[in-house]
Amino acid sequence: MTADAEPVHRLAGLLRANGDTLVRRWVDTAVEELRGRSTGQELERDFREFYTALTPVVEETARGGAADLGELKSLLEEYSRTRVKQGFTPSETAVSVFSLKRVVFELTESDDDPKLFREVLAFSSLLDGLGLFTFEIYARAREEIINEQSEQLLELTTPVVKIWEGVLAVPLVGTLDSARTQVVMEKLLEALIETGSDQAIIDITGVLAVDTQVAQHLLKTVVAARLMGAECVVSGIRPQIAQTIVALGIEFGDIVTKASLADALRHALRREGVDVVRQAGRTG
Amino acid sequence: MERVPILKIGGILLVSIQVDLHDQSVLALQEDLAEKISATGAHGVVIDISAVDIVDSFIGRMFATIASLSRLFDADTVVVGMRPAVAITLVELGLTLDGVRTALDLERGMEILRGLGVGTGATFDARDA
Repeated sequence: MTADAEPVHRLAGLLRANGDTLVRRWVDTAVEELRGRSTGQELERDFREFYTALTPVVEETARGGAADLGELKSLLEEYSRTRVKQGFTPSETAVSVFSLKRVVFELTESDDDPKLFREVLAFSSLLDGLGLFTFEIYARAREEIINEQSEQLLELTTPVVKIWEGVLAVPLVGTLDSARTQVVMEKLLEALIETGSDQAIIDITGVLAVDTQVAQHLLKTVVAARLMGAECVVSGIRPQIAQTIVALGIEFGDIVTKASLADALRHALRREGVDVVRQAGRTG
Repeated sequence: MERVPILKIGGILLVSIQVDLHDQSVLALQEDLAEKISATGAHGVVIDISAVDIVDSFIGRMFATIASLSRLFDADTVVVGMRPAVAITLVELGLTLDGVRTALDLERGMEILRGLGVGTGATFDARDA
């Protein structure tokens, strides 16, 4: 920074000398900003750790070298992540970093040494960078949570159930997209092997719309199952969907389609050689 | 090069693929099988691929080739035990194996052939004797 390193980095010296006071003031400011959502004790522990890692970085920067921000960043990362889990907003997290700036300004404002002023300026931009870093971590942590949840949702919404010895059913509900149909395809094929079933019913009663791509995926699933030695029936095609399928010119070829799940089950049972008969005199 | 063994059970030839298939071994298998069918007069071929994890288009075409080859000798082909990943790959490759019968496992494959009357012929089955 400065060519002559004579008055040895006053800011770094001040930070070292006034460590305890600064941290206490910093904690007070932050507690005020967070309106009591964090106790001073917690913050003091975190801040002290952060402060200890910060001082050598400030010294190094003042000396003109490239400081290693690794430790600071990992501390901040941990701090931000716990904040995300506790439901703090990103601003609240970043403000606790920025409030150190105010504390340091208060300490140095009475001094009019231009060198010190320049050091404080550099220090402030360092803190700005770190504050932004907490934002980044916050966003990343949120994204991880969202990804996890959408994966869980994918798993939840595609059950494969065994409805008879050797007959599986996949009731599809909601909107079908390529990713979901892919999951359905894989789960169904795995389940065929696991349960040793050679009949499967794909019920699309709960599906709101079918486009060419989804139909393509359904057809692929049926063909893949056939390659493995199992037969698939598609059931529950709603009138509107039937209209779309015909309008789009999608050919189901020799794939069996049935109006309802009940029809499909009856069809599958017949192929299994099972006959369901109502016993006389025991209606209802 | 490892050769895939071909076993004869009654009137059925069982090809159980337990090794990684290379193009050479695929060609060798087709040759061996043709010779074996013609020598034994078998009427059914079961290809067990439950140990095969990876296929390419060449191996995919092998099933169709073997099926048409056996048909020339009046033998039916059943491919059994295909893994889901393999099935998906074949579909993505556009190989739907029309004309090849499939079954979930060896037992069902044999049942299919029996249902077609294979292995019940006078020369093969004691029940007919």
